[in-house]
Amino acid sequence: MTETLTPFVDTLLPLMPFLIPLPVILPAVAAALALLAARRPRTQRIIALTTLLVLGVLAASMIIVVDMEGIQTVQLGGWDAPVGITLVADRLSTVMLTVSSVVLFCVMWYAISQGVRDGGKDEPVAVFLPTYMLLSMGVNMSFLAGDLFNLYVGFEVFLVASYVLLTLGASPSRVRAGVSYVMVSMVSSMVFLFALAGVYAAVGTVNLAQIGIRMEDVPTGTRAAIFGTLLVAFGIKAAVFPLDAWLPDSYPTAPSLVTAVFAGLLTKVGVYSIIRMRSVVFTDGSLDGLLMWVALATMIVGILGAMAQNDIKRLLSFTLVSHIGYMIFGIALGSAQGLSGAIFYAVHHILVQTALFLVVGLIERQAGTSSLRRLGSLAYTAPVIALLYFIPAVNLGGIPPFSGFLGKIILLEAGANVGGFMSWLLIGGAVVTSLLTLYVMVLVWSKGFWRDRSDAPEGNVAMARPAPLAEVTDEVEFVERDDVGRMPVGMVASTATLIAASLAVTVLAGPIAGVTGRAAESAQDISIYRTAVLGTTADNPGRTLDQQRLDDGSDTLRNRDHLLPEPQPAVGTAATGQTAENEEAQP
Amino acid sequence: MVANLFLLLAAGAMVSAGVYLVLDRAMTKMMLGLMLIGNGANLLILQAGGPAGSPPIMGRESLFYGEGQADPLAQAMILTAIVIAMAMTAFILTLAYRQYRYRTADVIEDDIEDAAIAARPATASAAPDHDASDDPDTGRVTSEGDVFGLRSFEAPVKGEIDD
Repeated sequence: MTETLTPFVDTLLPLMPFLIPLPVILPAVAAALALLAARRPRTQRIIALTTLLVLGVLAASMIIVVDMEGIQTVQLGGWDAPVGITLVADRLSTVMLTVSSVVLFCVMWYAISQGVRDGGKDEPVAVFLPTYMLLSMGVNMSFLAGDLFNLYVGFEVFLVASYVLLTLGASPSRVRAGVSYVMVSMVSSMVFLFALAGVYAAVGTVNLAQIGIRMEDVPTGTRAAIFGTLLVAFGIKAAVFPLDAWLPDSYPTAPSLVTAVFAGLLTKVGVYSIIRMRSVVFTDGSLDGLLMWVALATMIVGILGAMAQNDIKRLLSFTLVSHIGYMIFGIALGSAQGLSGAIFYAVHHILVQTALFLVVGLIERQAGTSSLRRLGSLAYTAPVIALLYFIPAVNLGGIPPFSGFLGKIILLEAGANVGGFMSWLLIGGAVVTSLLTLYVMVLVWSKGFWRDRSDAPEGNVAMARPAPLAEVTDEVEFVERDDVGRMPVGMVASTATLIAASLAVTVLAGPIAGVTGRAAESAQDISIYRTAVLGTTADNPGRTLDQQRLDDGSDTLRNRDHLLPEPQPAVGTAATGQTAENEEAQP
Repeated sequence: MVANLFLLLAAGAMVSAGVYLVLDRAMTKMMLGLMLIGNGANLLILQAGGPAGSPPIMGRESLFYGEGQADPLAQAMILTAIVIAMAMTAFILTLAYRQYRYRTADVIEDDIEDAAIAARPATASAAPDHDASDDPDTGRVTSEGDVFGLRSFEAPVKGEIDD
């Protein structure tokens, strides 16, 4: 496998300085072109789909190159870091890029095929496509940023795009949800600015690698305060408890396909930023204890919220919050294994959560509702949807052999290896959350799919017609609802592609866990990131027009081609548990 | 680094006033609050760039600081933040206008679905997993549930037709 890819990698390696900025540039250009072609929906669709397909291929080839050759950087503007702005493509960011481009492509395909079939003249399609491309640009920019201010700008780009997507059509309930979403996100941006001011006042730079070097000399209290401020900013985006209340309030009112892409990507950008900060800048892990409690509360509170919901979209929004806790758990462990588990879980969760929201879109289209009190008979009337729902549902619930089970196992094993009271408490919390997730997934299955619709308490009511983007509030008797016809092939195919991708994570779990393990190991070795970004000229940056590789080649596949060093399990004698607890008790 | 206490106080005052306004239910007040917080944040970044009074340009001397110069990067970052804040204010204003057209009141309402779930009675018939055929008080399955479903599953193996 490695030998066959070598010529491919050798061809692409010199081109990397040109390839790395493309995930930011391509969607920006496509957004402009799509806006120009606003009156020609067909041209718009071709532009959007082609761009996202190219992005997917690009991200997939970048992950191969980066995994073989190690971290790659490009200094924009021809100036050396820290004067120039750095874009960093390492295993972590390219993994996230690849998964997000798969999701972006599938959701766009879904949107287009539903728009072709159901779209009326009042559908805000001309706005949707360019904004969607800008959202892709912002997400890619955040993944590639090697600079705190660039990360802030990336956040703002995708946030502004998400404001527009969330309030598409500007119906009363969407305006209400949009207001709270916009306000909360704006406050999180402001907190991010406070943190930026703190960082700049403390160390006088915004380059992540250089912040990391200089932060080592900053007093621990100041460092923890700055990290805490950043965690609040990213925590609001990642929707961790107690900063999660905005998410179930605003996501369910958006169109299903918009909720799908938000649920898959936007919260994970927050998680990605926390991983980046924890592994590159604030490596001392001073707030790990806090993150542990946050992870536990997020898991438990989220899933308890999901159990109370009537509406599947709201229920899924709560499971989304709940499962962010797993990733925070992996980060808070501080070990390479925990980080690897967090990245693997993020990959799994992006695919599965998006697929579930797309399935809800299909359910809404065919059954005219997404409320558990109205649904029924779906296994009989739409067996394809039943199949499409069942696979990601048991995957999310953590049934073996699916990737949800594997991700949880990696995390639990990492937790057990770290040991100590908190780890075991979190392992218990994770298992309980997993069981309760299975409960809500089975609840949806038994009510929506197995029960007869005439046995549903309000089963006679349904939405008047399906609409991909606009909001429909007219309700009719279910029997009088116009026949929506068969499901468009594209909608089923795009959902099936996402589910196939999540199954591929199961089948290819070995190689993928290998990549995430190597990503975690490289992230633990802080010198790799610093060398690759700053090179040797960081003290006296000059102008270099020809891009060159700055890393010392210590991150290549040859040096990483082994399993993660397995720490001794902390189980067994009471003495080891005791020491771990004592260590934790000390500040 | 030496910070100017009065600028810090000014930033603190703006942020605290802004937080007070953001907690209001009127959208225009929230917008004003966000703008105040944004200006407070910008003032904080400005202080990270060096003392007030020294020009951020190389080779230009000032009376108090001589050759010493302020950091221009902080000011560039503030410019970016100001531009973003301006665009966001415009967006919030359009949203506020749209909201005013719908409600003719400048007030943000609660999520109806959330309030409905919070106010849901504890009876079994209100639960999300309730079936119409279940007993409305206890939530237990009743024999009425047998009338649903495919006939092949529900019909007795040996019944009236056979006899």
